Amino acid sequence: MGAIVYPMLRFLIPPKLPEATSSTVVAGNLDEVPPNSGKIFRFGDKAGILIRTPTGEFKAFSATCTHLSCTVQYRSDISHIWCACHNGHYDVNGKNISGPPPRPLEEFTVFVRGKEIVVAKKIA
Amino acid sequence: MKIDNRLRQIYQWLDERTDLKKVQALLLHKTVPQHKHTVWYYLGGMTLFLFTVQVVTGILLLLYYRPSAEQAFESVQFIMTEVKFGWLVRSIHSWSANLMIFTVFLHLFSVFFLKAYRKPRELTWISGAFLFFISLGFGFTGYLLPWNKLAYFATKVGTEIAGVIPLIGGFLLDFLRGGTEVSGATLTRFFAFHVAVLPMTVTLILVLHLYLVQKHGMSRPLNDSTLRPLPDMPFFPNFFLRDVLGWTLALGILVALASIFPWELGEKADPLAPAPAGIKPEWYFVFMFQTLKFLPAKILFMEGELAGILFFTVLFILLIFVPFLDKKANLGVSSKPFVTVGWMVVAFILIMTLLGYLL
Repeated sequence: MGAIVYPMLRFLIPPKLPEATSSTVVAGNLDEVPPNSGKIFRFGDKAGILIRTPTGEFKAFSATCTHLSCTVQYRSDISHIWCACHNGHYDVNGKNISGPPPRPLEEFTVFVRGKEIVVAKKIA
Repeated sequence: MKIDNRLRQIYQWLDERTDLKKVQALLLHKTVPQHKHTVWYYLGGMTLFLFTVQVVTGILLLLYYRPSAEQAFESVQFIMTEVKFGWLVRSIHSWSANLMIFTVFLHLFSVFFLKAYRKPRELTWISGAFLFFISLGFGFTGYLLPWNKLAYFATKVGTEIAGVIPLIGGFLLDFLRGGTEVSGATLTRFFAFHVAVLPMTVTLILVLHLYLVQKHGMSRPLNDSTLRPLPDMPFFPNFFLRDVLGWTLALGILVALASIFPWELGEKADPLAPAPAGIKPEWYFVFMFQTLKFLPAKILFMEGELAGILFFTVLFILLIFVPFLDKKANLGVSSKPFVTVGWMVVAFILIMTLLGYLL
């Protein structure tokens, strides 16, 4: 019995694919992100969000809402990172400030290389 | 005369091989009580009719649909713009799905309030509750198949909810998504659930459900004695012909809705786009969606979303065990607290759904 059921159950679970090995990615160009705006970029198989605060500072976070995994966006009218699915708000530092999100967004390191904005995973 | 003889011969030939007379007797012995709540008896048949529409239109859509992230959206677009009457078939499939879920809800609550689950119909109720869950499963899996933006995020949130369940959440998330993210692998899985796993399961449970309905006949409401006594109506052909009339009417409404308000396709899913503002799941999930929206990040020692999910899980488990919880109904007495809880659930669903659209 086990010889039949076990292979079937294992077949149902998808094989683990290796995550993207690169820990840095070019998120965009300087002129793409004016102050008080944001941009979604691909980081491996996930989405990240690059924002430029109203004071001109660059910040980058995981774009996956910590509530139920919708992709967040930057709202320039209130200078918040916002999740449309359940009305979750984060400040420009990625901290959850209102709505259901239980945790802050994962933060990445941002540095500017020439005209390119490079985002890197923080080393734990 | 000749034709009559021929038909009789065919009937006898079949009867010798299949015991057709027994099937006929089973059909003929069923009667339908007549009282002021008789109208609710039509809902089961109506749901079955809409389910048949789903099967027929679903098979037609299968001829052109392509279940991959690269081609799904384009294939539905092709069905709607190039295939003759493709827009109509797809629109009927979507409208009928929604109407079916609506009649399933009505059927469930009418059976609940008429207390038709009491002995000996406990298994009829339980099989019905599973048919209700499977209907929601059909809605959830079918919603993703056009691979549009709304469906993409609805699936992301829906599968994430399954992932929050303690202990088995991680496994469930991987199992449903076919990976860590909602992707083409999820679409293929949902397609398999929608056109193979769920139809097979629903057929088995539906056969049991219909057999039990046929075996036990229609239930009478508890306070039947106070109702105007009327002779029972034979199910076949009297009630059945009324059923057919209702189905014809439903088909007319369905075609009118599908033609006047064709089901929209929306924009193709883009995993890198943010969730659109005003995003909502299908109407029958809105009450759960809105509840999760209202819950704070933390409730006591657990995350708000987990508390909400546990609440709905308990509610669904209680739904299955209703016949065993309402002990008074078996004694022929209506339990006031039980009816009150039922109305509270109805009010909760209605208010949360309404708020979901207003806020």
